[in-house]
Amino acid sequence: MILKPRLEDIKIIGYYLGKIMVALGFTMLVPIAIGLAFGEINPVLDFIIGTEIALIFGLILIKLCFTEKELSWMQGMIVVSLSWIAAMLLGAIPLYLSGHWKSYLDACFDAMSGFATTGLVLVQDLDHLSYTHNLWRHLIMFIGGQGIVIVALSFFVRGFSGAFKMYVGEARDERVMPNVIHTARFIWLVSIVYLILGTLALGVVAMLNGIKPANAFFHGACIFMAAFDTGGFAPQSQNVLYYHSFLFEIITVIIMILGALNFKLHYHLWVGNRREIFKNIETKTLFITILITFCITAFGLAQIGSYPKALVLFRKGFYQLISGHTGTGFMTIYSRQFINEWNQFSLVGVICAMALGGAVCSTTGAIKMLRVGIIVKALKQDLKRIILPERAIVVQKFHHIKEVFIEDKQARSALLITLAYLVLYGLGAIIGMLFGHPFLDSLFESTSAAANVGLSCGITTVDMPVTLKLTYILQMWAGRLEFMSVFTLIGFFIAAIKGKK
Amino acid sequence: MKKKYCVLCIVYCVLFLTQYSILNTQYYAYAQSLSSTELINNAKLYDGKILTYEGEVIGDIMARGDYAWLNVNDGQNAIGIWADKNLTKDISYTGTYKSKGDLVEITGVFHRACLEHGGDLDIHAQAIRKLRQGRGVIERLNTSKRNLIFVLLGVLCLVWILKILKLK
Repeated sequence: MILKPRLEDIKIIGYYLGKIMVALGFTMLVPIAIGLAFGEINPVLDFIIGTEIALIFGLILIKLCFTEKELSWMQGMIVVSLSWIAAMLLGAIPLYLSGHWKSYLDACFDAMSGFATTGLVLVQDLDHLSYTHNLWRHLIMFIGGQGIVIVALSFFVRGFSGAFKMYVGEARDERVMPNVIHTARFIWLVSIVYLILGTLALGVVAMLNGIKPANAFFHGACIFMAAFDTGGFAPQSQNVLYYHSFLFEIITVIIMILGALNFKLHYHLWVGNRREIFKNIETKTLFITILITFCITAFGLAQIGSYPKALVLFRKGFYQLISGHTGTGFMTIYSRQFINEWNQFSLVGVICAMALGGAVCSTTGAIKMLRVGIIVKALKQDLKRIILPERAIVVQKFHHIKEVFIEDKQARSALLITLAYLVLYGLGAIIGMLFGHPFLDSLFESTSAAANVGLSCGITTVDMPVTLKLTYILQMWAGRLEFMSVFTLIGFFIAAIKGKK
Repeated sequence: MKKKYCVLCIVYCVLFLTQYSILNTQYYAYAQSLSSTELINNAKLYDGKILTYEGEVIGDIMARGDYAWLNVNDGQNAIGIWADKNLTKDISYTGTYKSKGDLVEITGVFHRACLEHGGDLDIHAQAIRKLRQGRGVIERLNTSKRNLIFVLLGVLCLVWILKILKLK
């Protein structure tokens, strides 16, 4: 029997949602400071309006729903899923006010794309966008990459027992440290240290490439945030192609790979356990899948002869592939070149890479390496069971920080999430086909949205139908949260309608 | 006889090579300016051809030795232009939030996947003509936004006071 949610449930959800909205309002102070530094008047006004609206709604919710009760699992999950929608709606306000987005829906699309670290864009005339708005586009990826709730947990919540429930709801089921608040703060520490190093490296290279110093470091910071959080936005409309620099591409590849690694692995590397990187199932799987998908892509590109020189083929093929595999979405080719100049075989390689993603507890989306590794190991275990004598005891283990024996529960959970992702990719592709796009193009764009990648073959344009825009927004949202919180929210609404008192 | 035959062979070879190089040095020129979408969608058709392309210079002009990269946006996409540094001297404005860049016409060789530049789709400029000078954009305070800020500030103060009262 389904029970109707009580008023108390709604109050608790509203209270924590309000807190997260207030936290989001305060994050808009960063672009305001940048806008003031660059002397951009109207963009600063856009963000003051955004901050005020976020604070008004946040404070109203806190006031109306004030409670001292702790979150339950169900409530925590719902807070997370609603937080991401609220973040999209609030984060889109300053974007829309800039006049660079044709409609509020387009601004919401880009806001969700940013928060979910996807990188698909509907922005118009990006090359004339202010520093203030550009910083916000990249900052929302940085916030979304760590997790919106983690931002609130780290800076605005002193600590409460419901923290872990919201942390899990944001698709992070691994704690780096025993305390979830400390874990959230460690994730921020790693990100900030890399932000400084990455910005310096990219800024210096940009300067050497002929970009003026202030602009070079601004681009460095933006590109770092987009690369480490596997987002894929860039300050200019040509994306990474704008820089025309091999060295710049190499550094972004390194940052993208760092972003695709598990924060737990980062922690072990930081404390000196460097051997973990060679033993860990996720890094091993990532290496193998990159190798396989690159072979497919390179074979396809060689077949069609798009890039006559091996080095050129490697530079273009590998860059788009690694960008897709890590879920970043940086591009050094134009969207339509995927369709016009890459054959179906090479596209399949990129689609597979996008569908697989990076490590769990990283900033990437998609199925993720731990699940792929577990599924392969479980398959091996089953094959051994068939081959070996019935009396033989078959055990299969993998190394992920420590040695872990595979249990059926783990394998089932990995398979279920994988299946959910495959269904999500497929549904998006079907909807794309309903609007007249060919199968492979639709699958490419759908996988890119659902796996939070951001590579585009040209379907994502400002003129695409509203239904398709909404489909991709939902895919980005569900894909980033890895379904659990989304399913809980759906269940909550069903209970509200059909449940008994 | 043998000498005559050798001379004929050399003449033939020279003629053949000249013709080959003529065919391969893209002497098909497109006088009319092409859009970036046309170039990207039909890159194979225009590969290696001399053409004209016009648009606004955006972002930075990135000097690389005796050459420079500039990116030119025709309103649909931006394309990278590889040009001799001297050709870029006349460019005074590039498009940013605070400026409208110079409108230029580029005449040059189009590359679908430039082997010199890691496979980039680009144009190697032979000539750059400034069609219209850019300008600085003067930002005026948007009064409707300013007024909205004051209204929202009032609402925010009210909500804040109500919140404090409730807590007390």
